[in-house]
Amino acid sequence: MSAVVTEKKLKVVGTRPDRPEGVPKVTGTAQYGADWNLPGMLWGKILRSPHAHARIRKIDTSKALKLPGVKAIITGADFPEQKFDYVGAARVALNFWHITRNIMAREKVLFEGHPLAAVAATTPAVAAEALKLIEVDYEVLPHVIDVDEAMKPDAPLLFEDMIPRGYQPEATQPSNISKRVDFKLGDVDAAFATADEVVEASFRTAPVHQGYIEPHACLVRTDADGQAECWSSSQGHFAVRNLTAKIVGMKVGDLRCHAAEIGGAFGGKTVVYVEPVAVLLSKKSGHPVKIMMTREEVFKATGPTSGASMTIKIGVMRDGKIVAAEGIFKYQAGAFPGSPVMNGCMCSFAPYDIANVRTTGYDVVCNRPKTVAYRAPGSPISAFAAESTLDLAARKIGMDPVQFRLKNIAKPGTPTVFGTKLNFNGFAETLQALQKHPGYTAPLGKNQGRGVAAGYWFNGAGESSAVVSANEDGTVVVATGSPDIGGSRASTAQMAAETLGIPYEAVRPIIADTNSVGFTQTTGGSRVTFATGMTVINACNKVIAEMCVRAAKIWKIEPENVVWEDGSARPAGKRAGEFPPLSFREIASKRTATGGPISASATMNAEGQAPGFTAQFCDVEVDPETGHVKILRFVAAQDVGRAIHPSYCEGQINGGVVQGIGWALNEEYIYDKQGHLENPGFLDYRMPVASDLPKIEPILVEVPNPNHPYGVKGVAEANIVPPMAAVANAIHMATGKRLTDLPMSPPKVLAAIDATG
Amino acid sequence: MAKQHVTTSINGNATEFLCDTHQTLLEVLRDELYMTGTKEGCGTGDCGACTVNVNGRMMCSCLMLGAEAQGKSITTIEGIANGEKLHLLQKKFIEHAALQCGICTPGMIVAAKTLLDNNKNPTEEQVRYWLAGNLCRCTGYNQIIEAVMDAAKELRGA
Ligand code: FES
Ligand code: FES
Repeated sequence: MSAVVTEKKLKVVGTRPDRPEGVPKVTGTAQYGADWNLPGMLWGKILRSPHAHARIRKIDTSKALKLPGVKAIITGADFPEQKFDYVGAARVALNFWHITRNIMAREKVLFEGHPLAAVAATTPAVAAEALKLIEVDYEVLPHVIDVDEAMKPDAPLLFEDMIPRGYQPEATQPSNISKRVDFKLGDVDAAFATADEVVEASFRTAPVHQGYIEPHACLVRTDADGQAECWSSSQGHFAVRNLTAKIVGMKVGDLRCHAAEIGGAFGGKTVVYVEPVAVLLSKKSGHPVKIMMTREEVFKATGPTSGASMTIKIGVMRDGKIVAAEGIFKYQAGAFPGSPVMNGCMCSFAPYDIANVRTTGYDVVCNRPKTVAYRAPGSPISAFAAESTLDLAARKIGMDPVQFRLKNIAKPGTPTVFGTKLNFNGFAETLQALQKHPGYTAPLGKNQGRGVAAGYWFNGAGESSAVVSANEDGTVVVATGSPDIGGSRASTAQMAAETLGIPYEAVRPIIADTNSVGFTQTTGGSRVTFATGMTVINACNKVIAEMCVRAAKIWKIEPENVVWEDGSARPAGKRAGEFPPLSFREIASKRTATGGPISASATMNAEGQAPGFTAQFCDVEVDPETGHVKILRFVAAQDVGRAIHPSYCEGQINGGVVQGIGWALNEEYIYDKQGHLENPGFLDYRMPVASDLPKIEPILVEVPNPNHPYGVKGVAEANIVPPMAAVANAIHMATGKRLTDLPMSPPKVLAAIDATG
Repeated sequence: MAKQHVTTSINGNATEFLCDTHQTLLEVLRDELYMTGTKEGCGTGDCGACTVNVNGRMMCSCLMLGAEAQGKSITTIEGIANGEKLHLLQKKFIEHAALQCGICTPGMIVAAKTLLDNNKNPTEEQVRYWLAGNLCRCTGYNQIIEAVMDAAKELRGA
């Protein structure tokens, strides 16, 4: 890997060009998941459980099948059975026995909205009518929604034979606890005994939805020879292909997946819901099938991230040094195992150099939709608890919260609770940038408070593929397998232009379908600009090497005497100065005479990503009459490594912070006693709107990652980690009351203000 | 049930279509006329992704029946640019990075244009309140507000 290019040499990286897909997006021609149609297409709709927990005795589709216009009906019985096995790394393990049951219930329905049959019909109205004619005989079972309730020994069990994993000695009794995870560093109990002060508090968070504005949608066509093609909105069309093929029992090579333009995802479109259903409906009916979820379906049956119950204990010395920290994290997994609790355990204290740490996590199933990744999955939840408790500790010893964090900041060489040592700078620089913001010392008014919090995210690397092809007029097509959510077409095009030495406008980045480029992991974990970017750079370097060979041919000299500088081949070494330089365009235009097309592909399993660190402060004003919290100012500093496109980095920070504000103040799933979701719409699940907010103030901190040619670290996720704690800490300063239960909605704030003591 | 025959004007073009009585204007635009630039985020009037302009007023096309388009003049996102020439708002949205995923963008631009058609000199607060019915989950709104303010400024020739 090449060393980081110094800033002054960069011409395209660090500038703010227009996004390549901007015009289609502002004119309405960009095609999202629901915007694809085919002749003869049918509409698919999904029958969903009205119960939170029930055994399915019988599903009778005979009446529905007789309805004119109905072309196919499927149930769980149409899907092949999958082996019960956890596959892949522990942090992201998959169990297809669970996955197939989440897509279509079999023995039981486990949450309101759980799919149990699907219809394909000539119009959406006929499909909806047919759903009403499907008769299901349920045995309604007791259900459990709350995580602490679900962990009790007498709780209704979602899986009667689920023995918790991760216990020593091994557990023997079935439980809703799918797994316990443990991390330890140093001697925590001994260290607590030496601490001058010990603070302890318990916290709860509500599950929140990713809230992407585009509901899940797909179009699938199948051929009689078993081949199929799918257009859908996802963070990874390769993941859609592989998951769908496995779930429906197809060969991977028989399913060609296209990445539709994606209307937001934030982790929520890393899995499949509708694609396997559409494939089976299409196979059974012999027609293309389109499925679009409604917003209600999105709320009831996709996402969210976990709600949690947590306890944190921190031991500090009077000089501000943290000597011990402990966290117990209980995360709702939803109806199937797999909450991001392990991430929560790993990230909660990762920003700090604490010699003695213990974190314990529980992954707990309950009768809610299966949780899915949401921006820095797991980390914002545990950070709410940890960063709130850090604030309590700073108050206890009377230290400024930024100073307190700086005193304990992790540096290269600091061990983490998960075993590795921190390898990168950037944490201290970020906190210092926040501290220098003039707003940090600005005076506050009545009922106002200021809160600080920090956050950590791993950032991602992994497998990517790219093809870079030069056209005869000097333009270049960059094809990758990474769906673009936040601006990665722009950032990869910038890096390609920079590397090749050609203008940004000469680069056309596209997202190639699964049959046109090599495997590429899902867009997630803030990995694309790092990993796919590096792959594109490698392919560009191969193109440059070929360009030098072609120039050598044109000049009839040895290729080793050609160098690439500023977008041109130049004779060098003993040939230096013999010929005028040949530009990229000139060489590209002579491709036929010099050996044919100039194109290079690169594939990587990238490594060397650097974690993202962010530090934020916010000012709030609390209305003592109503409990309403107004965000007056929000400043967010984040180490992005290098901002390839600063506006898009700022956009990521703004977006993540505002999602965090929604999580802090408004957003939650409200269930009635029967386990029915009471707010499955944007009216009652209230996400922040423009008039709720001040202008977010992002600060880009650039401490380059030495493992990336341009220093990229990743930017999309860390920003959502601190806001909940930052807001709670500000409310504490404004009111003298500690809020520990999200969301901090007006009734809860008012109750806290009115509580005595 | 017999379909309804509707005569209307969409983006300045005389348009006729047949629709079921229960079909919304959004469904007609997207599923019958294949004008998929107008987006569905909720279908219940809560997100603004489906915003169109009807006789000069901002409307959620998911809350209006297709049949109600009879005799009206409708502008959708497809009618904002003039051929290859983008409307200033469209340019400013791109320039200010006021879109990430872009699913809210058609609705935002139609809504913002309706604002600027009526108020050439809005304050930031007015813009924030005018667009409060248009959800964006990606941007945190900063850059959208900047784009609209900048477009307003340039339209005034300031
Ligand atoms: S789709 Fe009409 S307001 Fe959301
Ligand atoms: S840009 Fe994605 S919702 Fe607004």
